[in-house]
Amino acid sequence: MMKKLIIGLFALSVNLLPNVVMAASASVPLMEANNDISDQPSLQRGAKLFMNYCLGCHQMQYQRYERTFRDIGIPTEVGQEQLIFDGSKVGSHIKNAIAKEDAAKWFGAAPPDLTNVARVRGSDWIYTYLKSFYKDESRPFGVNNTLFPSVGMPHVLQELQGLPTAITEEVEEHGQTVTKIVRLETDGTGELSVDEYDQAARDLTNFLEYVGEPTRLESEALGIKVIGFLIILFILAFMLKKEYWRDVH
Amino acid sequence: MSNAPVDNGRRRFLTIATSVVGGVGAAGAAVPFIASWNPSERAKSAGAPVEVDISKLEPGQLIRVEWRGKPVWVVSRTPKMLEQMKEHEGQLRDPQSQEPQQLESSTNDYRSLRPEIFVAVGICTHLGCSPGFFQGNFGEKVEGTDDGFYCPCHGSKFDMAGRVFQSVPAPLNLEIPPYTFLDETTILVGEEKGVA
Amino acid sequence: MFGKIVSWIDDRIPMTRVWNMHIAQYPAPKNFNFWYFFGSLAMLVLVNQILTGIWLTMNFVPSSEGAFASVEYIMRDVEYGWLLRYLHSTGASAFFIVVYMHMFRGMIYGSYQKPRELLWLFGMFIFLALMAEAFMGYLLPWGQMSFWGAQVIISLFGAIPVIGDDLTLWIRGDYVISGATLNRFFALHVIALPLVIVILVFLHIVALHEVGSNNPEGIEIKRKKGSVAEEDKPKFKFHEYYTNKKDIVDAIPFHPYYTVKDIVGVVGFLILFCWVVFFMPAMNGFFLEAPNFEAANPLKTPEHIFPVWYFTPFYAILRAIPDKLIGVAAMGASIVVLALLPWIDRGRVKSVRYRCGFHKWNIAGFVVTFVLLGWVGATPQTDMKTIISQICTVTYFMFFVLLFVYSKNEKTKPLPERLTK
Repeated sequence: MMKKLIIGLFALSVNLLPNVVMAASASVPLMEANNDISDQPSLQRGAKLFMNYCLGCHQMQYQRYERTFRDIGIPTEVGQEQLIFDGSKVGSHIKNAIAKEDAAKWFGAAPPDLTNVARVRGSDWIYTYLKSFYKDESRPFGVNNTLFPSVGMPHVLQELQGLPTAITEEVEEHGQTVTKIVRLETDGTGELSVDEYDQAARDLTNFLEYVGEPTRLESEALGIKVIGFLIILFILAFMLKKEYWRDVH
Repeated sequence: MSNAPVDNGRRRFLTIATSVVGGVGAAGAAVPFIASWNPSERAKSAGAPVEVDISKLEPGQLIRVEWRGKPVWVVSRTPKMLEQMKEHEGQLRDPQSQEPQQLESSTNDYRSLRPEIFVAVGICTHLGCSPGFFQGNFGEKVEGTDDGFYCPCHGSKFDMAGRVFQSVPAPLNLEIPPYTFLDETTILVGEEKGVA
Repeated sequence: MFGKIVSWIDDRIPMTRVWNMHIAQYPAPKNFNFWYFFGSLAMLVLVNQILTGIWLTMNFVPSSEGAFASVEYIMRDVEYGWLLRYLHSTGASAFFIVVYMHMFRGMIYGSYQKPRELLWLFGMFIFLALMAEAFMGYLLPWGQMSFWGAQVIISLFGAIPVIGDDLTLWIRGDYVISGATLNRFFALHVIALPLVIVILVFLHIVALHEVGSNNPEGIEIKRKKGSVAEEDKPKFKFHEYYTNKKDIVDAIPFHPYYTVKDIVGVVGFLILFCWVVFFMPAMNGFFLEAPNFEAANPLKTPEHIFPVWYFTPFYAILRAIPDKLIGVAAMGASIVVLALLPWIDRGRVKSVRYRCGFHKWNIAGFVVTFVLLGWVGATPQTDMKTIISQICTVTYFMFFVLLFVYSKNEKTKPLPERLTK
């Protein structure tokens, strides 16, 4: 009876778990990234996007090139030649050269380090963020973001996506008429089609998720073995207990 | 223990089986604790091969570079040094470099890839001090030899190929690290077959 | 040969005697159930925390400049560092899970009642030391949640009249949480409190073995000398330390019977534990909170800050009361009142199985209250939740008030003479 109660309570509390995390995110519903960190080609494309478009401002100061290349299946020499732009050694951290103070001057705040961004924000958030830039002349960089209002960075992937415009509608809310953004439409000036851009955003998200926890796949592979082993040990221990307890019963 | 009931094969089997499997589990659990003492990615990165530019190295000169935290000497040996090395072979412990203190490629009379360029880890094989380079005045340590290395800690003596003299505390010749000539004037210390 | 070594040692320290007295010939009631696993599990988790903790200190840098980066270094650069860290962080939560289960066991079977009051008190001191240990440990990764969580908790001491402000300043050693705070918390977390906990655990076990374990029936297995017929005595040999003073019924030696049983519990627990460690170490933000993956920033508070889940029931009591001093006092009282349980409960019957129906409902209500408080404390506050937390704060304390009242002249069921299954 008590066991059932506890199991029931546990199940109930696990059901409540996602609420807590979701509660902390923004008001815009998040799109699902549907990325897969075991998809190495995707991670490689994501790494290329990151090195080309993000690293100029955002560092991954805790992650090293070498292990990144190793984990996502890029030969060291190829990575050294094609993905390290500042001549860093392959064993060094993924950093850029801009000083924090300069960056703070240009953007209002220093661009955050992205090593752990996927762990702080979640993959869906990043994916949605990458797809939520739109044209807004009132902003310093001419763009805004529905997920991150008054965003302090330009739309660096504009050459890939083009510049989406916001389609608005007048809606009644609390007795007032307000203008709300209902969707974003691309202007078609980007190099990629809509689907291709979605994939690019997914690849970049995927790469960021990998960097957030580079040992995820290793952990799960090891975990299966450990738990399998423990189940065997459990069966043995259970039989041993039964055997000894024949004295008692 | 005196409570153990009559002997029972099944009980003994299960006890042993559980102990063995449990022991394997305990050994497995020790792996991360032991493995975490290996050099980390940072240590490995700091211990990566180092490039040495020898274009400005003059004959008879020694330069020191750091590789894996240890001093590595690069010496440009003069013809006179190379000549003298042959003369005192009788006084050496291991003149033919039979102990594995160097890779195959450096197991020769000069203990180097090229006779004139000598590369060695500058750590005495006795207790880890770094010997000094006696250029031209090594005769006061070993008669008839002008140049060599002398360890200040316990007086071990090495010739210009890092070979140890007899009757000193150091047991072995100096270690020759793996290295490669990337081009005429650049050496990569730490890897035998270098990457570009 | 082996026998010679043993007797050589036994002549010098009482190895065999201690082994027999406390393990091989220690009489334990034969009817321990599921709830009796959590004592040994708490011991297992303690060992895990100490071992992984020692290994983490090998690479952790206790300074405000180095702490966050050193944790990332452990997670990324040290071989299996990620596993050691996850074992430690998951172990912290697991520690509280098993300790809460262990305490709940004591509550339902009346294990705090006479003669086990001191045993219960030692347990409560372990719980307090564990909370301090966990709180200080949580600052060490120097993430946003570490920083702001500590900021909030330390500010609680500011509610104390007169000395409050000076006290918070003294605890921090600075005007805000800083490297000075980090360093002293590190010293306490890795040396002082573990020592205290280990000593308290030792005392907890000494006290347990003196009075003997309670059991789900709540009746004693140690009877007055000479009151038990020879054929009713168990067939096992128990140490004369126990049999000289009392007659023992329905007991079995701790070893091998409970050692083999506890191994089953340990392995079962490890399966669940490893599942979390390897597959979901963050536990959806409950064991490792998302903002803590961002380095501490004294200029920016995260959107929502909560203590880690194991503190949230008490934190919810704090938040339920709109006055700082009373809130802090209520939170303190909610823990103190648990320690006073042996004196609040005036009943003579221990186990819930033989107590009045109302007692069952009271305990069930307490569990619901505790879980609700935990949930409310771990989620952003809304008006609705404030009301829930206020109701729950009242019902939390009502548990003890009601218990005090009805336990005096409680209508209990007749106790069996001997332990049933």
